[in-house]
Amino acid sequence: MDKVMRLTTERGVVLFSKSSCCLCYAVKILFQELGVTPTIHEIDQDPEGREMERALMRLGCKAPVPAVFIGGKLVGSTNEVMSLHLGGGLIPLLRPYQAFC
Amino acid sequence: MPFSNLPLLVYIYQIWEEEGIEAIETWNVGEQQELEGDEESKLSIALDINSTCAKVAFFIISKSMNSPTPQFVPSRLGIYEPIHQIGIWGENFKSNGNPNTSTSVIVEVDNKLENESETTSHEMLTASKNYEQEASKPIDKIQRRLAQNREAARKSRLRKKAYVQQLENSRLKLIQLEQELQRARQQGLYMGGVLEGSHIGFSGTVNSGIAAFEMEYGRWVDVQHRQICELRTALNAHISDIELRILVESGIGHYFELFRMKSTVAKADVFYVISGVWKTSAERFFSWIGGFRPSELLKVLVPQLDPLTEQQILEVCNLKQSCQQAEDALSQGMEKLQETVSSTVAGGPVDEVSYIPQVATAMEKLEALVSFVNQADHLRQETLQQMSRILTTCQAARGLLALGEYFHRLRALSTLWATRPPEPSLP
Repeated sequence: MDKVMRLTTERGVVLFSKSSCCLCYAVKILFQELGVTPTIHEIDQDPEGREMERALMRLGCKAPVPAVFIGGKLVGSTNEVMSLHLGGGLIPLLRPYQAFC
Repeated sequence: MPFSNLPLLVYIYQIWEEEGIEAIETWNVGEQQELEGDEESKLSIALDINSTCAKVAFFIISKSMNSPTPQFVPSRLGIYEPIHQIGIWGENFKSNGNPNTSTSVIVEVDNKLENESETTSHEMLTASKNYEQEASKPIDKIQRRLAQNREAARKSRLRKKAYVQQLENSRLKLIQLEQELQRARQQGLYMGGVLEGSHIGFSGTVNSGIAAFEMEYGRWVDVQHRQICELRTALNAHISDIELRILVESGIGHYFELFRMKSTVAKADVFYVISGVWKTSAERFFSWIGGFRPSELLKVLVPQLDPLTEQQILEVCNLKQSCQQAEDALSQGMEKLQETVSSTVAGGPVDEVSYIPQVATAMEKLEALVSFVNQADHLRQETLQQMSRILTTCQAARGLLALGEYFHRLRALSTLWATRPPEPSLP
C-alpha cells in the first residue's frame, strides 16, 4: 500500500498496468495520442505486484489495471478515462503534462 | 336479316360495380332464324343510360353451341368485331336506385356489328319483354342457367382472391424463414466449431444465454421500430418540448437496454456478440467490436441536425475527435490482443501431441475480449449521452429518428440482398 501511495503522489500522469493487459495497452495508446507520456508501473513485473494489486482494489478500482492517477488523484479505470475524455474533461487535466514533439 | 344461318348464343351480361360479370339474359338467337321487323330494329346495341349498371359487357360465343364457354375479349365501344368478340362499355351509368334493374343490351349480330343510337329504357324493356314473350319456353332453362353462372362466377372470384392472398402471405413467410435459416446455419456452424474444438464440455447455459438474448433482441427491434414511428409522428405534429423529451429519454434508454443485454450475453459467450450473427448481414458489415462504430453514429447523426449553434458545432467537433481517439485506442488494443492470442496458440513445438498448455493459456487471454466488448459498448453509450447533452430536445429527437431510420434501412438492405434473384449459372 505504501508503495502505491508513494507512487501515486508522483507528479504527472501515473498508470498502473500489466504488461500482458491489452486494455492497458489501449489506454497507453490513448495517452500517446494526446501527447502525454505517463509514468507506467507494470505491476506484474514488480516483486510487490500482488500487494499493489490489492492496494489498488482497496483504493476503489474495480479492476486493478489499468489504473490512472493524474496529479496524485485517482481518475479511475478505462471506463472513467473514456467517459472523461468524451465529456471533454480529460484534456484540461492533462494539459500541464502534455508535450507534443 | 343478318342473324340468319348463324346459330349463336348471345349472353347478355350485366356487370355490377363490385361483383363482376353476371349473366342476366341469354338468347339463343340460333333458334330463331328470323326475327320480326321491329325486333330487328331493336336488336341494336343500345344502352339504358338510366340503369344502375356500371358496366355492361356482352359477348358472343362461337358458332358451335357445344362450347358454351364464352370467349371473353374486351373491345372498345364502337369497334366492330366479327363474332367471338365482345365489347365492354366502361362508362358509369346513372343510378336509378335499384341495383336490380337489368339493362338490356340488344345486339345486332352481323358480320359487322352496328351500334345504334341509344334508345329509351322504355323501348328497351318493351323490346326485351316482347322477345321474352316470343320465346317463353326456354326462359326457365335460361334463368336457371343464368343463376348457376352467376353463382359460379362469384365463387370463382372469391377463390381467386383467397389464392392471391395466400400467395402473398407465403411469400413473406418464405423470406422470413430464409433469414432465420441463414442465421441458424451460421450459429450452428459456429456452435459446432466451438464444441468440437474444446475439450471442456459446455453446459447448457451458453445456449440458453444466447437463446434468451435472441428472443429479447427480436423484441428490442420491434420496440425500436415502434419508437421510430412515434418520434416521426411527434416531430410532424410539433408536440411540446416536455412531451418530446419523454420520447427522447425513452429512445436513449432503449439503446442502453441493448448494451445491458449485450453485456449479459457477452459473459455467456463473447464470440457470439463479436461475430454479430444476431444482427442482419448489412449491419454486420459495419460491425466494430460487436456493434456500430461510435464515429459512424456521429457521421449519420450530424448532417440531420442542422442548424447547430456555434457552441454546438464546437462541442460536436470536440466529441468527434475524442470519440475517434478512443476508438483508435480500443482498435489497437484489440489488435494487440489478437497478436497475443495468436502467438500463444502458435507457440510451442508443433510436433507435440499435446497442445493443451498453449490453448489453455490462450483461453486466459481471451477473457480480455469480454472487457473490450464492454468498453466498446461503453463508448457507444457515452457518445449517445454526450450528444443528448449537447443537443436541444428537438434536435435530439431528430437525431434519434435519423439513427433509428438508418439501422432500419440497413436491415431492409439485408432482406433485399437476401432475396435478390440468383445469378445465372455459368454455362
